[in-house]
Amino acid sequence: MNYNWNWAIFFEMSPEGTGTYLDTFFWGLGWTISTSMLAWSMALALGTVVGVLRTTPYPWVVRLGDAYVELFRNVPLIVQMFLWYFVLPELVPKAAGDWLKQLPNASFYNAFIALGFYTSARVAEQVRAGIQSLPRGQRMAGTAIGLTLPQTYGYVLLPMAFRIIVPPLTSEFMNTVKNSAVGLTIGLLELTGRARAMQEFSFQVFEAFTAATIAYVMITITIVLTMRWLERRVAIPGFIAAGNATR
Amino acid sequence: MAMIEIRNVSKWYGEFNVLKDCSTTVDKGQVVVVCGPSGSGKSTLIKCVNALEPFQQGDITVNGQSLCDPATNLPKLRAHIGMVFQNFELFPHMRVLDNLNLGQTKVLKRDRATARDRSLELLKRVGLEAHAQKYPGELSGGQQQRVAIARALAMDPIAMLFDEPTSALDPEMINEVLDVMVALAKEGMTMMVVTHEMGFARQVAHRVIFMDEGSIVEDTSKEEFFGSPRSERAQQFLSKILHH
Ligand SMILES: Nc1ncnc2c1ncn2[C@@H]1O[C@H](COP(=O)(O)OP(=O)(O)OP(=O)(O)O)[C@@H](O)[C@H]1O
Ligand SMILES: [Mg+2]
Repeated sequence: MNYNWNWAIFFEMSPEGTGTYLDTFFWGLGWTISTSMLAWSMALALGTVVGVLRTTPYPWVVRLGDAYVELFRNVPLIVQMFLWYFVLPELVPKAAGDWLKQLPNASFYNAFIALGFYTSARVAEQVRAGIQSLPRGQRMAGTAIGLTLPQTYGYVLLPMAFRIIVPPLTSEFMNTVKNSAVGLTIGLLELTGRARAMQEFSFQVFEAFTAATIAYVMITITIVLTMRWLERRVAIPGFIAAGNATR
Repeated sequence: MAMIEIRNVSKWYGEFNVLKDCSTTVDKGQVVVVCGPSGSGKSTLIKCVNALEPFQQGDITVNGQSLCDPATNLPKLRAHIGMVFQNFELFPHMRVLDNLNLGQTKVLKRDRATARDRSLELLKRVGLEAHAQKYPGELSGGQQQRVAIARALAMDPIAMLFDEPTSALDPEMINEVLDVMVALAKEGMTMMVVTHEMGFARQVAHRVIFMDEGSIVEDTSKEEFFGSPRSERAQQFLSKILHH
């Protein structure tokens, strides 16, 4: 292979005129992080609500939650991004559609909202599984001391369910970061998009994707370490992981 | 005065008839022991009393309040009926003290200091004040069940329901729990206790109810039950559990 390595490429000006390639990389990293963080916050909030709804004693509420999860989990993320970005503005009244189309950073909003909904369905699934893995008597014990249903969730069920699902949530969090790259299909200039742009302008494909890979790995490591720290922090003395809890 | 009144209660799980026209009353200060073979509906009946399980027919009143009356505030009523479960069901993520405080502060709206004083008083009563800052997982089964009883008592209940409170315990821990229950009974607490501990029944029960296949087959005084249970089923059952 006759490849011309050139790591100094990062200090050359990018043809977009917004600084060096390195600068564009950091911008890309910024978009990746903000898209992922916003999508993840949205997914946690929505996913918790939907996950809880799916475990309530009301069959029609459960069905509604199930339908939500099926919808957002089974339609491919890339299709969802296209729907939000290209289709939604055509469906709403014309004035609203025009406003949506010329929103500054429209691809960013659409990317994190689409990713947020998509991930929320996956979080909802984990939250449901977490709640259902608790002994049935826990809900009864909360109810029996006079807690209302929301109080039973807030004080009894969710604190335990979340502890149990920290590991699967960690991987959902990492998936969110990786999935944010799909944003490039609607024009979001995130990390992968920047690597591609650099490859196209400078032909330094290996440098570009090595840098992107390193950045993704760093984010992933940060997430894993943070979640491990969290897991240790909320660990309960004397409690052995649910499922094989001994009594 | 009837504290708990169960009138013609029937319940179905789909096609399956778990409770068949059950009626009984527990007077204020009475201790009623419920026994019967596995699957006879004992747990289901006792869970109906504080509306943890819904039922399709009949009515239950507690302290004059009907569970079926739409005007009854169920969480409020439940707060005043203590319930102790076979598997303790302490909240594992809360310290022992917080397990006792939760209902007091969130349901009874006591301030933290009052709740804490009451909790410590009750922990002392069940002999566990030294463990107030521990988590349930750090206690033995018998200790956990005593905490669970204290948690129920912290709500100042007008009646207590026990669903096989000692059957998940190692034999050497059964007595420490029974002792607490006997003391409660002697103080005049109204109690409905599902148990196969016939020693406990002999010592403090006023009445014994024997259930089989969803029906209340016998509902007699303790003396009569241990003396001459009428149904053959109850006799068989008694001879089985008394001879091992
Ligand atoms: N949620 C449920 N759905 C369907 N059937 C149930 C449900 N809960 C209990 N049952 C059935 O109802 C019957 C009575 O159950 P229950 O738990 O009241 O029995 P029990 O007398 O307490 O028995 P044990 O001594 O084993 O605790 C059993 O046959 C049980 O299988
Ligand atoms: Mg039972």
